Amino acid sequence: MKPNNMLAAGVISLALAILLPLTVLGSSSAGVIAFVVLVLAALWAVYTIEKRRALLTSLIGVIAAIAYPLVFNSTEATTIMFFALLYVAIASSWNIIGGFTGYISLGHAAFFGLGAYTIALVADRLGLSGGYGLFAVALLGGVAAGLFAIPMGYIALRLRTIHSFVIVTIAFLFMYQLLAFNLQDATNGSSGLAVPQPDWSGAFFNIPFYFAALLLAVLTVGLAAWIRNSRFGLGLMAIRDDEDKAAGVGVDTWKHKFTAYVISAVPIGIAGAIYAYFSSYIYPQTVFDPMIDLTIVLSAFLGGMGTLLGPILGSLVLQPAQQLLTLYTGAAGWDLVLFGVLFLVVILLMPSGIVPTVVERMRRARVQEAVRKADALSQDAVPDAAAEGGQG
Amino acid sequence: MSALLEVRGVRKRFGGVEALAGCSFRVEEGSITSLIGPNGSGKTTLFNAVTGFATPDEGDVELRGEKIQQLSPDRIYAKGLGRTFQQVRVFPRLSVLENVLVATSHSSVAQGLRTRTGASERERAMEILEYVNIARLAGVPAGSLSFGQKKLLEIATILVGEPKLLLLDEPAGGVNPTMTQQIGDKIRELNARGITFLVVEHNMEFVMGISHRVVVMARGKVIAEGPPDVVRRDPAVLEAYLGA
Ligand SMILES: Nc1ncnc2c1ncn2[C@@H]1O[C@H](COP(=O)(O)OP(=O)(O)OP(=O)(O)O)[C@@H](O)[C@H]1O
Ligand SMILES: [Mg+2]
Repeated sequence: MKPNNMLAAGVISLALAILLPLTVLGSSSAGVIAFVVLVLAALWAVYTIEKRRALLTSLIGVIAAIAYPLVFNSTEATTIMFFALLYVAIASSWNIIGGFTGYISLGHAAFFGLGAYTIALVADRLGLSGGYGLFAVALLGGVAAGLFAIPMGYIALRLRTIHSFVIVTIAFLFMYQLLAFNLQDATNGSSGLAVPQPDWSGAFFNIPFYFAALLLAVLTVGLAAWIRNSRFGLGLMAIRDDEDKAAGVGVDTWKHKFTAYVISAVPIGIAGAIYAYFSSYIYPQTVFDPMIDLTIVLSAFLGGMGTLLGPILGSLVLQPAQQLLTLYTGAAGWDLVLFGVLFLVVILLMPSGIVPTVVERMRRARVQEAVRKADALSQDAVPDAAAEGGQG
Repeated sequence: MSALLEVRGVRKRFGGVEALAGCSFRVEEGSITSLIGPNGSGKTTLFNAVTGFATPDEGDVELRGEKIQQLSPDRIYAKGLGRTFQQVRVFPRLSVLENVLVATSHSSVAQGLRTRTGASERERAMEILEYVNIARLAGVPAGSLSFGQKKLLEIATILVGEPKLLLLDEPAGGVNPTMTQQIGDKIRELNARGITFLVVEHNMEFVMGISHRVVVMARGKVIAEGPPDVVRRDPAVLEAYLGA
């Protein structure tokens, strides 16, 4: 089978495996819709990888996303895609430090929560009422996340190992959750905080949120693409591959990592604020939630860490699945089971994620050919046991 | 001739091991200087101390009279001092071309965010890949190169930063005779173009063939130095090697 057919087959059967039982389970058309979305997303991904027409296919993707709520206007359908797009933004942003740089943060939910509490507190203290203006306040959630990320990044990246980074980021998340529970005067503790209700409602309710999430997703993916193609981004990827060597060829590793960390906090802060506005009530345990980090990592991992497409594809697969599960089973917790199974499947079958696995397969043949030719020329016959190259 | 690099009384201790025990020597500008010594004599540790990967406990490292021992590796690289590693190291998931591009300029983060990995640099990087005969592999992930090709890529990567002084840690280690010859030729050529070399190498034929000066280390100290044929006959050197 040709590799691009393989990707299509892989993604579609994965989608089938997740979603078919759900569509049978549910009575609404949302499952079918989500399934169609997934297949389209998969085909789109295949086309992008194969033809390398990223800009054109992205444009088609965006147009499809704009058309989506006009075609599928049920509350379920728009809710599902609202979360999918929100996570496209979140996972793509996380990918800047986690994927490009290789520093796996398990505490980026801290920024989600900071954004959520920012919009709730600002609206409360300034006595704002619901309306489109609150989306502008959501931007403050991003500002707050970025500001908090400065001292956090300074601490988390001080010790120069990835292990300590992971631990410190988790610790931060729980620290914020504890603070949100205990700073009663500001946060109202475990009773949570209300965010003003929007002044629109009914069938239209989801639409502004949907487009806010879409805009955030487009801007964040654009940001990630910009960084990936920049000299700064090349420095990040060099750090991921070999941090010492990167320093040895002039990359200021500390500033690179720190900047990547702070940048990656901002869109997630905005996402948290949009989420808070959407759900109109927040609690410490729902916005400073470790599940958010698991979801991010799994999405990025599923699609392929460090690729632009990976977190997008991963989120478009995982979010509909998760939302549908919650929608149809009505019980919390099933999504955790799904996550566990998915993690296992991906680790066993495609340890580097969907996109890199396929790209790698496609490249390997060509590469080996080129290496052989050059080798013959340079008469370098020493075999290399480590020719596989790194991945992760 | 003046000293491009001067190492003065450098000490570095790892727990109970004194890897560098007051090491001093000079590398003259324009020379090819070799650093030899038995296994564990501190050669790699000295490279680390000179290039910012290990801060000396004591002593000075001077590049053209400027103390650099407190600087970070990226700063030292920016001052024109490039190195390779004993264990060959490339960026495995980056393409061969990208490996070289990483090292092209040492821009600030703010600049780096605004700059795409640009066309002019690409040209220069390709020239250098051409020079070490791996240009046709430009688009290939560096991780899939053969051992020898990785060694060439490592040299290409530091060359692009236009270094004044190159520190090579066992450039001929583990490569076949043809490639060893090739690497030796490149070193001589580059030296003729004005690059100074400090080379750690166990292959004595190679060392004697390319060096202007040889510095011999044992137990963290310099025990002999001079022109190759003088050092070769030095009884202290023979003893260090046989008694090690
Ligand atoms: N990071 C480290 N931690 C502890 N001990 C170290 C470290 N680096 C080097 N050493 C010790 O310092 C001494 C010098 O090691 P070094 O690697 O500098 O020797 P070398 O001359 O490069 O040897 P070789 O020819 O085998 O490469 C050795 O005893 C080594 O075990
Ligand atoms: Mg060594």
